[in-house]
Amino acid sequence: MSTAPQTLFEKVWQQHVVVEPQGEPTLLYIDLQLVHEVTSPQAFEGLRLAGRTVRRPDRTIATVDHNVPTTLEGRLHIVDQIAATQIATLRKNCAEFGVELYDVDSREQGIVHVIGPELGITKPGMTIVCGDSHTSTHGAFGALAFGIGTSEVEHVLATQTLPQSKPKTFRISVEGGLPLGVTAKDIILAIIGKIGTDGATGCVIEYAGSAIRSLSMEGRMTICNMSIEAGARAGMIAPDDTTFAYLKGRRFAPQGEAWDRAVAEWRKLPTDPGATFDRELVIDAATLVPYVSWGTSPGMVAPVTSAVPDPAKVANELDRKSMERALEYMALQPNTPLDKISIDRVFIGSCTNGRIEDLRAAAKVIAGHKVSAHVNAMVVPGSQQVKAQAEQEGLDRIFKEAGFDWREPGCSMCLGMNPDILSPGERCASTSNRNFEGRQGRGGRTHLVSPEMAAAAAIAGHFVDIRNWEVREEVTA
Amino acid sequence: MQPFKTLTSLVAPLDRTNVDTDQIIPKQFLKRIERTGYGDFLFFDWRQTPEGNPVPDFVINDPRYQGAQIVVAGKNFGCGSSREHAAWALSDFGFRCVIAPTFADIFFSNAGKNGILLVKLSEEQVAQLLHNAQTIPGYQLTVSLEDQTITDNRGFNATFEVDPFRRYCLLEGLDDIGLTLRHADALDAYEKQHDHATWLQAK
Ligand code: SF4
Repeated sequence: MSTAPQTLFEKVWQQHVVVEPQGEPTLLYIDLQLVHEVTSPQAFEGLRLAGRTVRRPDRTIATVDHNVPTTLEGRLHIVDQIAATQIATLRKNCAEFGVELYDVDSREQGIVHVIGPELGITKPGMTIVCGDSHTSTHGAFGALAFGIGTSEVEHVLATQTLPQSKPKTFRISVEGGLPLGVTAKDIILAIIGKIGTDGATGCVIEYAGSAIRSLSMEGRMTICNMSIEAGARAGMIAPDDTTFAYLKGRRFAPQGEAWDRAVAEWRKLPTDPGATFDRELVIDAATLVPYVSWGTSPGMVAPVTSAVPDPAKVANELDRKSMERALEYMALQPNTPLDKISIDRVFIGSCTNGRIEDLRAAAKVIAGHKVSAHVNAMVVPGSQQVKAQAEQEGLDRIFKEAGFDWREPGCSMCLGMNPDILSPGERCASTSNRNFEGRQGRGGRTHLVSPEMAAAAAIAGHFVDIRNWEVREEVTA
Repeated sequence: MQPFKTLTSLVAPLDRTNVDTDQIIPKQFLKRIERTGYGDFLFFDWRQTPEGNPVPDFVINDPRYQGAQIVVAGKNFGCGSSREHAAWALSDFGFRCVIAPTFADIFFSNAGKNGILLVKLSEEQVAQLLHNAQTIPGYQLTVSLEDQTITDNRGFNATFEVDPFRRYCLLEGLDDIGLTLRHADALDAYEKQHDHATWLQAK
């Protein structure tokens, strides 16, 4: 029996169809729900009010990340009482409904999108949801993973399913070798800059091509993570030997014979030759450079070697107004070279770039250098495991000697729900994913960059082209 | 959920593109554990200065648009974070309908679950409505979900597309979990089979 060639997305989707009622969305089975303190309290409350239970506690995992302070002292005594209540509420809900929680004091605690993969909970072929838009990160393993709202969190807790209309498919192939100094972050910033922040609305993107295949799992996660910034429902990358090597031996990865069976199943997932997509885009990796965002939307990016764009050259009125507003908020003049923009703060962390490889890359740039006198720089590892690993490799020492703050894991200044925020007017080079107005603190100005670019900016005090950077000391990991 | 049928109301023009959910409801208000009471914080950083004074020319402070239940905005409305608090804040403030050229996916589904109708019109139609709301005192629109039309009393007349199932749920004000549980038997059968796929288990 022969079947029509299918895409990775179609295979995962089809395996999870519970029913397809006439004239209604498909009811899709969800293999895993990740839960955190911010988007879950109203969902658990809804269950309680309706007298419902969590259908599959074994397919539900919780942690605290958004609110938690990143200093040891701050974690012991959370000063913000509303944040403390939210964390206590999650604790209570998990206990009452039987959900496993990686709490503040757990060695597994961390940003939800960092711990899923590192514990081997995230696996190829799964459907994964979380009340958080960056759930798309898990697609790096060939899972169908997407963010949902709190009503949907409640729906999945109660039924382990979600009614979903089938998204469109969009393959973005990045072909060729990546130029030196160009990272996964630059690939995704380039894609968003090219297709726009609503360029993939209603679509699941599959990232393909030799440049994507050559990336580590960390790099692939960085790319899938920011799919949402291009408007996509999810991002996916076909599982391969890199994926299996990353997963093997992790705490919740299958072991022994079950592992071999799993790999055999996962090898069936990649898109079949001849399968078609609703849309296709091919990018030549050789054209990519390091990017810096200059505005208040992740599509507002430009090569570090270029300048702040000029709204006067934009024809569409609403677009021009938005650009003018962005430049006013960012306090930038049109045509200013990006490498002349001086910064006050540096944030290395988040579910985009807070993994071990990101910290290694940044450490390599700063080793033997000192943070510029007018810059306040911090590193927030994505999880306790990332932090422990970095400390074992001596990366914390390199950061501290250079003058960086070395913090406890959490979302931190990616969204500033905890005490880590920008002051009004402060300008930050950030490895996170959103440069929205006020995202990192009211009046704060965010520039999105790769970890290497953020590290170099911390030292120089302004943006620099990482391709010209002088590496002073070898860092051995 | 409150059903949505027909709405006639003043129109608040928000002439910005990429209005993200961080702007609709800033993070400091996400620490609450309730589902209600977010209306006071809607567009918090745009409606008041850091010192806490109202920004008089911001649309929801403008006396001309008091009581408006319809917002017209630029493309990609509701992008960014998945926070349903954005839908709760809009609805708590009194908005029942947003008109824009495009919407972000997660916001789209959050709005539906809270009885907010999102209407996609072309960039030209949206530009026209923004202009009308800004220049014509007391400008009103009538949105009919039953007929899938948007009209004013000056000759503007547009039709819009809406997914038939979403339309049905909005018209009836239906709860999603209840709808899913109609398929409980199919779910039990599926799950029993699916649990054999050990490579798709979380732990
Ligand atoms: S690190 Fe930032 S983007 Fe990632 S989950 Fe936390 S707040 Fe969201």
